Amino acid sequence: MNEQSMTVRGKDRYKSGVMEYKKMGYWEPDYEPKDTDIIALFRVTPQDGVDPIEASAAVAGESSTATWTVVWTDRLTAAEKYRAKCYRVDPVPNSPGQYFAYIAYDLDLFENGSIANLSASIIGNVFGFKPLKALRLEDMRLPVAYVKTFQGPATGIVVERERMDKFGRPLLGATVKPKLGLSGRNYGRVVYEALKGGLDFTKDDENINSQPFMHWRERFLYCMEAVNKAQAASGEIKGTYLNVTAGTMEDMYERAEFAKQLGSVIIMIDLVIGYTAIQSMAKWARRNDMILHLHRAGHSTYTRQRNHGVSFRVIAKWMRLAGVDHIHAGTVVGKLEGDPATTRGYYDICREDFNPAKLEHGVFFDQNWASLNKLMPVASGGIHAGQMHQLLDHLGEDVVLQFGGGTIGHPMGIQAGATANRVALEAMILARNEGRDYLHEGPEILAKAAATCTPLKAALEVWKDVTFNYESTDMPDYAPTASVSM
Amino acid sequence: MRVTQGCFSFLPDLTDEQITRQVQYCLDKEWAVNIEFTDDPHPRNNFWEMWGLPMFDLHDAAGVLMELNECRKVYGDRYIRMSAFDSGHGWESIRLSFIVNRPKEEPGFRLERHEVDGRNIRYTTKSYAVDRPEGQRYGGK
Repeated sequence: MNEQSMTVRGKDRYKSGVMEYKKMGYWEPDYEPKDTDIIALFRVTPQDGVDPIEASAAVAGESSTATWTVVWTDRLTAAEKYRAKCYRVDPVPNSPGQYFAYIAYDLDLFENGSIANLSASIIGNVFGFKPLKALRLEDMRLPVAYVKTFQGPATGIVVERERMDKFGRPLLGATVKPKLGLSGRNYGRVVYEALKGGLDFTKDDENINSQPFMHWRERFLYCMEAVNKAQAASGEIKGTYLNVTAGTMEDMYERAEFAKQLGSVIIMIDLVIGYTAIQSMAKWARRNDMILHLHRAGHSTYTRQRNHGVSFRVIAKWMRLAGVDHIHAGTVVGKLEGDPATTRGYYDICREDFNPAKLEHGVFFDQNWASLNKLMPVASGGIHAGQMHQLLDHLGEDVVLQFGGGTIGHPMGIQAGATANRVALEAMILARNEGRDYLHEGPEILAKAAATCTPLKAALEVWKDVTFNYESTDMPDYAPTASVSM
Repeated sequence: MRVTQGCFSFLPDLTDEQITRQVQYCLDKEWAVNIEFTDDPHPRNNFWEMWGLPMFDLHDAAGVLMELNECRKVYGDRYIRMSAFDSGHGWESIRLSFIVNRPKEEPGFRLERHEVDGRNIRYTTKSYAVDRPEGQRYGGK
């Protein structure tokens, strides 16, 4: 369907009145994207009767220079350079009425190092455009020239591991539960028990900020007592993600400064604070030797539906640029949305220096990260020790595995829950490194480790039948085709 | 207490056979294994003493085990760990680290609390062992 350019040129192009977007220069099928162009891939669902090329050209237009009518003031600018160019439209496989539109944007359309500016262009206006039933931003190719204008993760996976002195295995964490209602002192108790039992991190939940039952300073003070006590008890570096999310930047800076003063190695923010606030906190974290955890609170409101919104892979790319060190990226096996192939794509975006296009993982473009720090993915939500072999297989080694209920809900207590998780993890890594087929022998490996570890035995027993097998709402559109070897 | 630094401290102490397999895993990935020892296992003591240089260009885990046993003969009363270094671009750091030798008794650490302004406390982790000079801790001579 990639027919010829219909662009009207010369004087006729600027005659007052309304002109189709595809004739205004927003549809250029012969255009070859430059290495410095930003490319966006949209899933376009035009209203019935709307030409998909025109709809796609409209997306290009409305996300760059266009308005609904011709304006003569275009002629005061290098308008052709600034027009985003839709250069390819493909029907989405097995999805009638949906089209993939590839749109290239000149680098000059964007401010250096600003996710707010990037997103204001790409998703600013166009999602409410009437001729479209739905629109989804599926993926973006960010040129090295643009990547290099961002700080990137304040700490990065390698330095985080060096600071935490933890190598060769996923890190272990737990979110304190119940997430609301505990006093500072009771909250610190949970942190201490979990860290002493063998976890590396504990975590505030997304909505624990400063409420009547626990002022933020109480939480920070008791949590740091817990962290230090657990460090002395184990000889290991420990951390707790102190959530500094607040109503204003001033409040967030105040909380972050207090966390630093108390000696915390890590703080946390929520995605809902906004892109600019995230970038500010990333800069603060870099200046203050702090690991920065991001909880992706709110993302499912726009990432989960396949036909409308923004794919999480785009959010992951933006957050790697913005400079956080941790991001929740799915568990595959846990309680929250996450198709294995799509999740793999997110993890690659966080951790690799170069992502080759991989349609079966939903990754549409080659992406060169130009040595930008790596972003540690976090797997959290409905996972337990009995799934350790699957978690290691799906998610690999550079990940924080967070067992909240799977630690605190242990029948023998929180320390036992933490120990069960740590023993299960170490046993699985040992077996993997020995070359065993740990995915298939996983249950045996765990059972053997449980023979000398009562807490693991109890954990395997209590959660043995827990799985979350629901159909995913967001999956790749392309399946790998089986090929017969000749 | 048991210092739980390193990758496998929650498992029973590894046998030499198990250590060999882990070392072989590292060598197969072209990581250089280094033997390091200390009698100051403070969690922020990054720089344990090196038993020679990282064993670049070595392909057989048995050679590493020989070195470990030599190290144990001299420093068997201290903590000894294996660290594997990956020189690959984008990593250039340790990939795996695990303890392979411990003192017979591990006295652990005490937490010192220095009460300062308001409710703030400055915490210091102190190893009981380091009250004595290096080499005389953990019953060493």
